[in-house]
Amino acid sequence: MSQTPRVVEVRKNVLKQNDILARALRDRFREAGVFVVNVVSSPGAGKTTLLEHTLTDLQSRYRTASVVGDLATENDARRLARSGALVEQITTGTVCHLDATMIERVIDGWDLTDLDFLFIENVGNLVCPASYDLGENLRFVLMSVTEGEDKPLKYPTIFNSADVAVITKADIADAVEFDWETACNNIQAVRPGMQTLRVSAKTGAGMPDYVGVVESHRSQMRDTTLAPSPARA
Amino acid sequence: MHELSIAVSLIELAEEEAERIEGRVCAVHLELGALSGVVKEALLFAYEIACADTPLEGSQLVIEIVPAVVYCPECDGNRPLESVQLFLCPECGTPTPMVVQGKEIQMVALEVE
Repeated sequence: MSQTPRVVEVRKNVLKQNDILARALRDRFREAGVFVVNVVSSPGAGKTTLLEHTLTDLQSRYRTASVVGDLATENDARRLARSGALVEQITTGTVCHLDATMIERVIDGWDLTDLDFLFIENVGNLVCPASYDLGENLRFVLMSVTEGEDKPLKYPTIFNSADVAVITKADIADAVEFDWETACNNIQAVRPGMQTLRVSAKTGAGMPDYVGVVESHRSQMRDTTLAPSPARA
Repeated sequence: MHELSIAVSLIELAEEEAERIEGRVCAVHLELGALSGVVKEALLFAYEIACADTPLEGSQLVIEIVPAVVYCPECDGNRPLESVQLFLCPECGTPTPMVVQGKEIQMVALEVE
């Protein structure tokens, strides 16, 4: 005789393991005094180029490192290593995002107290990385002027989960008739109050301001115990 | 397409619970937030594939979408978002980034035999 199914209540967060690990990573980073930025964007928005310039600039004054996620190649890691920063590649195979386990594994054996900044270049993808906390202090979302002003409306979840928006490739904005006002309004619609920066890593325009923002966020962390942003908590 | 990773984690969680309560799972109930970044249809599809050759094979995934709710500092209260493309209080129009509900990827119940 078949039994009637009974319903058992079990409240469990499916990404609990990732969240627990991310919290532990965040604690380790804080204790070591290293400031961690998770950089997310679509493929080709300019994460690697921006990070190359960021690392090169910061490297003269700080101890920096970078972890780069990529599906198949190690090209990005080779580019970033030219800055002189410590760079590790995570090749994810078919996995479309980085998770906290991958970060924990790649930094195994590192002396985090030797670092001031760690930049994590996520896999180019505006969907999946939104769900995975990596223990970072700040999440930067990049969008390039060639992608269109409505990118934030198409991918509200990842824009909402980020702390700072960086619009890249500003040097070709006019050529592609990029509408700055609309783009900024769209960012504000999905993440009110988000700080938005304009840069061209190629020409250097906006880079001093951008680097200044990165540095000031780190100083703030050192002054206070940084909690995750309200949007991500 | 991280729905397959999510499906695998969900199945592992459900298996653990099923072992604890000593039952065969015939359905898994999941709450999925409108801002979870997970697509319901893709997860349903991935679930069926990920269930193969596990004790949950043949079980059903039942997904309930949880609407996005924000805290409005002006009204000092929680308000449902009318659109995930516009983070405004639906009552007073104040912009707010403070999400209080809608990011869930939560297993809430199992139907067991």
